[in-house]
Amino acid sequence: MSGRITDNKNKPVAGASIQLKNTYDGTTSDSLGYYLFITEEKGEQTMEVSSGGYFVVLLIVVLANAPIVQNFTIKEQITELKAVVISAGSFEASDKNKGAVLSSIDIVTTPSANGDVTSAFKSLPGTQQVGESEGLFVRGGTATESKIYMDGNLVNNFFYSSTPGIATRGRFNPFLFKGTVFSTGGYSALYGQALSSALILESTDLPDRTQADLSVSIVGIGGGIQHLSKNKKSSWGVSFNHTNLWLAFNVIKQKQDFFKIPIYNQGDVNFRIKTKNNGFVKYYGYVSANNTAFRSPDIDSAALKNAFELSNLNIYQNINWKDKIGNGWKINTGISFSTNKDDLANETQDANNKKVIVTSPAFYAFKNFDLISNSMYAQARLVLEKKISGLSAVRFGSDYFYSKEKSTYTLYNGVKFSEEVKDKLYAAFVESDIYLTNSLAAKIGGRLEHSAIINKWNIAPRVSLAYKLAANTQASLAYGIFYQNPERKYLPAIASLDYSKASHYIFQFSQQTKDYTFRTEVFYKKYDKLYKTAPNNNGREVAANNFGYGYAKGIEVFWRNKKTFKNVDYWISYSFLDTKRNFLNYPAAIEPSFAANHTASFVFKRFVLPWKTGFNVSYNFATGRPYYNIAYDNASGKYLINDQGKTINYNSMSFSINYLPNLGKKEAKTFAVWVLGINNILNQNQIFTYNYNNAGTRKEAVIPPSRRFVFIGCFLSFGIDRTQDAINNNL
Amino acid sequence: MKKLLITTMAILFASSIIFAQSEKFTQAMKKNLGAMDSSFRNPADLLKLANSFERIASAEKNQWLPYYYAAFCQVNLGFMEQDKSKVDAIADKASSLIATADSLAPNNSEISCIKSMIASCHMMVDPMTRWQEYGAESSSNMEASMSQDPGNPRPYYLKGQGLKYTPEQFGGGCATAKPALETALEKYATFKPATELHPSWGKEIALQLIATCK
Repeated sequence: MSGRITDNKNKPVAGASIQLKNTYDGTTSDSLGYYLFITEEKGEQTMEVSSGGYFVVLLIVVLANAPIVQNFTIKEQITELKAVVISAGSFEASDKNKGAVLSSIDIVTTPSANGDVTSAFKSLPGTQQVGESEGLFVRGGTATESKIYMDGNLVNNFFYSSTPGIATRGRFNPFLFKGTVFSTGGYSALYGQALSSALILESTDLPDRTQADLSVSIVGIGGGIQHLSKNKKSSWGVSFNHTNLWLAFNVIKQKQDFFKIPIYNQGDVNFRIKTKNNGFVKYYGYVSANNTAFRSPDIDSAALKNAFELSNLNIYQNINWKDKIGNGWKINTGISFSTNKDDLANETQDANNKKVIVTSPAFYAFKNFDLISNSMYAQARLVLEKKISGLSAVRFGSDYFYSKEKSTYTLYNGVKFSEEVKDKLYAAFVESDIYLTNSLAAKIGGRLEHSAIINKWNIAPRVSLAYKLAANTQASLAYGIFYQNPERKYLPAIASLDYSKASHYIFQFSQQTKDYTFRTEVFYKKYDKLYKTAPNNNGREVAANNFGYGYAKGIEVFWRNKKTFKNVDYWISYSFLDTKRNFLNYPAAIEPSFAANHTASFVFKRFVLPWKTGFNVSYNFATGRPYYNIAYDNASGKYLINDQGKTINYNSMSFSINYLPNLGKKEAKTFAVWVLGINNILNQNQIFTYNYNNAGTRKEAVIPPSRRFVFIGCFLSFGIDRTQDAINNNL
Repeated sequence: MKKLLITTMAILFASSIIFAQSEKFTQAMKKNLGAMDSSFRNPADLLKLANSFERIASAEKNQWLPYYYAAFCQVNLGFMEQDKSKVDAIADKASSLIATADSLAPNNSEISCIKSMIASCHMMVDPMTRWQEYGAESSSNMEASMSQDPGNPRPYYLKGQGLKYTPEQFGGGCATAKPALETALEKYATFKPATELHPSWGKEIALQLIATCK
C-alpha cells in the first residue's frame, strides 16, 4: 500500500499515522507526506489516517495480491491552539489563554499600580494618566464610560467613594481574580451601558491548598483563611483588612490636613463548589466601612478652610453558576445585590477650625452642606451557549438591572432636598463565534436594551473579525454601537432624554510569540447624543438634552519583550489621541480636560535569583491636559469658558522591590514576601488640573496629596510552602 | 470419544490461535522495544515508533503496554519539540493514550510515571505561569508512583532529573538531585520487570545524570 497524505491546501502532511484497523500493519508518512507499507491482510479492511490537529479519515479498501495506491486528503481541525484570536480592542491578563498580554501576577508587580486592580491597565495603551479622580479614562472617554464586571455581574461601586481632588482605589483584592479582559473598545454584546470600555474580571476557582495569610504594612493589617476541602471539590474563605493611614500620614506629609485619618475596615467571605461537569458555583460577599475627613484652604477666601468628611458603607454580594448542561450546551447564570451608603459633608471653618457660615456673598454659605446617598442595585443574568462545531458557538441571554438611588441634600440653613431615581433596565443579547477556518474568525452579535428612565428601546450591533496573516501574526477589525444612560449625578433630568451613543471602528495588527508581543491599533470613535447639562430649579447642574457630540481618534502601540535581555521583562505603550467633544456644560466641541494627546508608559521587571529579590520600575508620561474655567452666565443663560490653559507634562517614575527570603526553603512553614514601593521616586512636579475661585480670578493647581508615597509591607502565608507560587511569580 | 477428540482439538486449536496471537504481539512489541534506543535520536523516528505502538494498541485493545509505550514515546516527543506552541497538543495526545492504559491497568506505578512526565511536559511550555498547576500535578503523580510500587526506580529517577534542572535557589541542583538519583540506582539494581515487555528504562540516563554531579 502506498500513497500520499495532503491537507486541504494540498500541502503534504508529515508524521501522519496510516493503519489497517485492528491489525498491526501500517506506517507513518514521511516529510513529503508519502507512505508505503506491506501487508499480508486480505479482503475488506478499514484504513485509518490520523494526525494531530486533523480530522481522522476512514476508508474501506479491498486487499488482493496487487499493490494499492491510495492518496488521502485530511482536513485541519479548528483548534484553540491554531485558530486566530478575536482580539481587536482588548487586552487580556490571564495565565492560560492564548493572546493574553499580561499574566495575572503582572497586575500586582507593576509598581505604578500599587496593587490596585485597574491601575496596572494604566500602563497599557488607550488609557489616560488621570490622577485627580479614580477610574479608567479610555480613548477620550470619561471614567463613567468604563464599566467593570465581576463574573458577568456589573459592579456599581467598584472604587471607594470619591473625595475631592484625590483618586481613590478599587475595593477588591487583585488576588481574587484569575483573568481579566480589558476592552478599550468594540467589546462583546454580552455587556452594555458603557460608551468606551469594559473591564471584565473573572474570579479564581478553587485554591491549590488550604492556607492562612497575614499582612502587615505601613497602611494597616489584614488576615484571611482559604480552606480547601479534603476531596478538593469545594472551598471557603474569609478575610479581614484594617487600613489605617495614621502612620503613613505621620511619616509622609499630606497636602490636606487630615483631622480624621482615613480608616477602612473591610471583610469578605466566599465559597466555591466544583460541580460534576467541572462547572462552578461561586459566592462572594463583601462589606466595607470607611471614614475620612480633611481640611484644605478655601479657594475664595484666605480666611476660610473647607472641612470635608466622608463615610461610606458598602455591601456587595454575587452568586454565580457556570456549567455544562449536556448536548454542547453551557449555562452561566448569576445574581448580584449591592447597597452603598455615602454620607458626605462640607463646612467652612475659620483659622481656629471653628465652623463659620458666611452669608455674604451667598455662595460662601452654600459651601456648607450634607449629602446622604443611599443606593441599592440588583442584577439577574442568564447566558446560554451552544457549541456548533469546532470552536464555533452561539450564545444568548438576558440581563435585568434594578437600581434605586436616593439622596438627601441639606443646605447650610437646614433646608432639605430629597430625590429618588429608580431604573429598571432589561437587556437581551445574542452573539455568535464563527470560525470559518483556523485563519478566519468572526464574532457577530447584537444587544437590545430598554431602560425605564429613558423609556425607549435601543439596539446595538457588534461585529469583530480576525484574520491570521502568518503563524504568529494577525489582523483584526471591530465595529460596534454602544449606548449609555446619563450619570446618576445629572438625574433627575429636566427634560426627557434619549440614550447617549458611541460608534467604534477599530483596526488591529498584532504579532505575538512566547517571547514578545507587538500590537498596534488605529481607532475612530464617534459620539452622538451626549448629555448636555443645565441648572435645574435649585441651581444644580442636571441633564437637559442630548445635543452633545464628539469624536476620538488615535493610534496606539504596545511592545513587550521577555527574551532579549536575560531575566528582564519590559513593556512599552504609546498612545496618540485626538479628541474633541461638546457635552455636559461645555460651550462648544473642545478637547476634554481628561484627555492628553500623547501618553506613554514603560514597565521594567527583573528578578535576581541569588538575591531572591525582584526589582520593578515603571515610568508614566503624558503631555499636558487642557483645563477650563467654565461658568454659568446668568445674563446669557449659557455656560461660558472664562479661562483656559494646558497643564505641564505629567511624569511619574515608580519603583518597587519584592524580597522573598524563604524562597526555595522547602521545609519552611512560613512564606514571606517583603515589599517596598516608592511612587514618584524622582520627586517630579505633577499637576493634574486647576480649580478656579468663584470670581474666576484665581486658579489653584490640583496636585497629589503628597509628592511621593512609600509603601513597606510584609505578606505572610502559614503552614504551607509557597515556594512554588514564588517560582511561578518570579521566574 | 469422538466428541472428546473434537473438544480437545477445538481447545488445542483455540489455544494455538491465542498462542499465535500473543506470539505475534510479543514479536511486534520486541521489535519496537529494540528500536527504542535508536528512535530516540530523532523526533521523526520517535513519531514512527509512537505510531507503531499505537497500531499495536488499537489492534490489541486489552493490553496496556502498547498504550503505555505509545504515550511514553509521545511525551518524549513533547520534550524534544522546539516549537513550544506545539507541545500541548503532543502532551494531550500522550494523555489520551495513557488514560486508556490507566483504564486497563489501574493504579499502576509505571503509568503514574508517564502521567508525571506529561504534566512536566505541559509545564515546560511556560514554567513561569504553569508551575503552580502542572508542577503540583507532576509531583503528585510521582508520589503516587512511588507508593504504588516502592520497588520502582523510575519515579525516583524522574524526581532526581527534575531536581537536577531546578535552580539551586529553588531547592534544586546536584545537592538535592544526587540523593534521589542514588535511590533510583539502588532500586534499578534490584528491579526486575515482570516480563521482557514491561518497562525497564532509565538506568543509563540516571547514571549519566549522576556523573555530571560528581
